[in-house]
Amino acid sequence: MTTDRGSGSGRSGSSRRQFLLGGAVAGLGAAAAIGADVVITRTGQETPASLNGASAVDFYGAHQAGIEVAPQAHSTLVALDLLDGIDRSALRRMMRVVTDDAARMAEGRAALADMEPELAVVPARLTVTFGFAPGLVARAGGSAPSWLRPLPPFGVDRLDPAWSDGDLLVQVSSDDPLTVAHATRMLLKDLRTFAHPRWTQTGFRRAHGSEAHGTTMRNLFGQVDGTVNAAPGTDDFDELVWAREGWIAGGTSMVVRRIHMDLDRWDRLDRSGREQAVGRTLATGAPLTGVSERDEPDFAATTPIGFPVIPEFSHLRRARSDDRTQRIVRRGYNYDEGPSPESVSDSGLIFIAYQADVDRQFVPLQRRLDELDLLNQWTTPIGSAVFAIPPGCQPGGYIGETLLD
Amino acid sequence: MTKHSISRLVVVAAASLLLAGCAAPAAEAPAAVESDSVTITDAWVKSADEGMSAAFGVLSNDGDADVTVVSASTEASPMIELHETVMNDSGEMIMQPKEGGFVIPAGGTLALEPGGNHIMLMGLAAPIKAGDEVGFTLTFSDGSTYTFTAPAKDFSGANENYEGGDMDMGN
Repeated sequence: MTTDRGSGSGRSGSSRRQFLLGGAVAGLGAAAAIGADVVITRTGQETPASLNGASAVDFYGAHQAGIEVAPQAHSTLVALDLLDGIDRSALRRMMRVVTDDAARMAEGRAALADMEPELAVVPARLTVTFGFAPGLVARAGGSAPSWLRPLPPFGVDRLDPAWSDGDLLVQVSSDDPLTVAHATRMLLKDLRTFAHPRWTQTGFRRAHGSEAHGTTMRNLFGQVDGTVNAAPGTDDFDELVWAREGWIAGGTSMVVRRIHMDLDRWDRLDRSGREQAVGRTLATGAPLTGVSERDEPDFAATTPIGFPVIPEFSHLRRARSDDRTQRIVRRGYNYDEGPSPESVSDSGLIFIAYQADVDRQFVPLQRRLDELDLLNQWTTPIGSAVFAIPPGCQPGGYIGETLLD
Repeated sequence: MTKHSISRLVVVAAASLLLAGCAAPAAEAPAAVESDSVTITDAWVKSADEGMSAAFGVLSNDGDADVTVVSASTEASPMIELHETVMNDSGEMIMQPKEGGFVIPAGGTLALEPGGNHIMLMGLAAPIKAGDEVGFTLTFSDGSTYTFTAPAKDFSGANENYEGGDMDMGN
């Protein structure tokens, strides 16, 4: 393969880079030329030479999309406040419109009246998930689940109303950030006569294809974040996540916490201090008593001088309950808003947790962390919201129909 | 969007006429009616509080002959026209009634879209709000009809001038 090396004195640097690009392209071309059959025999599984951009996640189903699917690389969450006068019938119109938008875009089709339909043809596993806060349920004249309310105040909280609450949540996730931007704009255009945005949070993980499928996310502290999660499709996941009664049956609850991470102060902590704070190694995410990420922690293990190997104050120890019902499923994203004169980084975690019952599952866990968790030294919740995630719908139906019909 | 063809009613009506006239054998296959081969996909209508609006979508004709839409009707607007968008003598894009109606080519499609052909609602009877479902009936040159509903969407485009005048389409 030849490359266009250009000319001039900068030649060696640019030709090296162009060679790498040329090699990558040649590799793709070779794989395509060889064909899928050879790929199958060499890897033992089917890896069609297709683009991830064409990958689509079913919108319709018993549950909303965007909860069970392996987290996409990019996600934008927008919470909106309903405008005055938006009543039950208006909510029904609103949810019909945005349901249709979301269903079409998930298939890589333009929403009706999309003026940039060419941007809709790359879903890259696009999902749109809708959530209802107490204000919306009240407008609908419905009865809210008992847990649908702001979380109780915690001592660590430094909540900013600008990052908290709202009536309607729209979460747009895809492996392609251009797709996220376009889909978000389309949905917000169709929501503007019903609700105005209150806060927006944009988050990311590793790019699609950078790591093996199923690799646990790392947060911006460098920690493996989200190891102890029930796997979608298991009885354990279903039991933990899906609500079973009333209009929320088949849905769940979503806790969104914007947690600022003080990377500049974290820099002062050496590696062993960092591992003590969380109770896991930085290299693999293994508990300090184990060797691999998913090893069960041994809280009884002690050091030669008698202290627990996994400290009592560590995040891992404090987050763990003996009560197996006090668990949640996390699906968070990193955020990074850029530097300021005062701080190198304005970064953190968009903590997202699903659970069938916030009060039974999330609150006791958060109380333990609020009382003691060394990580609190470097993390500060600055936003908080709780949403009811209605169940999914079938073609012809719409998200929220169990509340609004 | 829901679609429903009422061409069968037209066939029944035509058969009744034939019987009444004691003409041709009743067993003869009925002639193709235009509405049988037409469907609309991705129909939508622009929301508006008052005045004018427009409906869009993609009309498909899976028949062997061209089909002509000669008129449309909706309860949402007593007056309704089939429009095209053309350039006038001074180079402006204007809307005007489409002479002879919309022709959907045999085996082809006709797009009704902002800035192009569209169904023009000339005077709304009541506000059309986003998410409303608006019913329409198309009438073809053979008298057969096709009904569909279109969801309303907020849309800030489709503001071409009407016949060079100063009547914008609401919003």
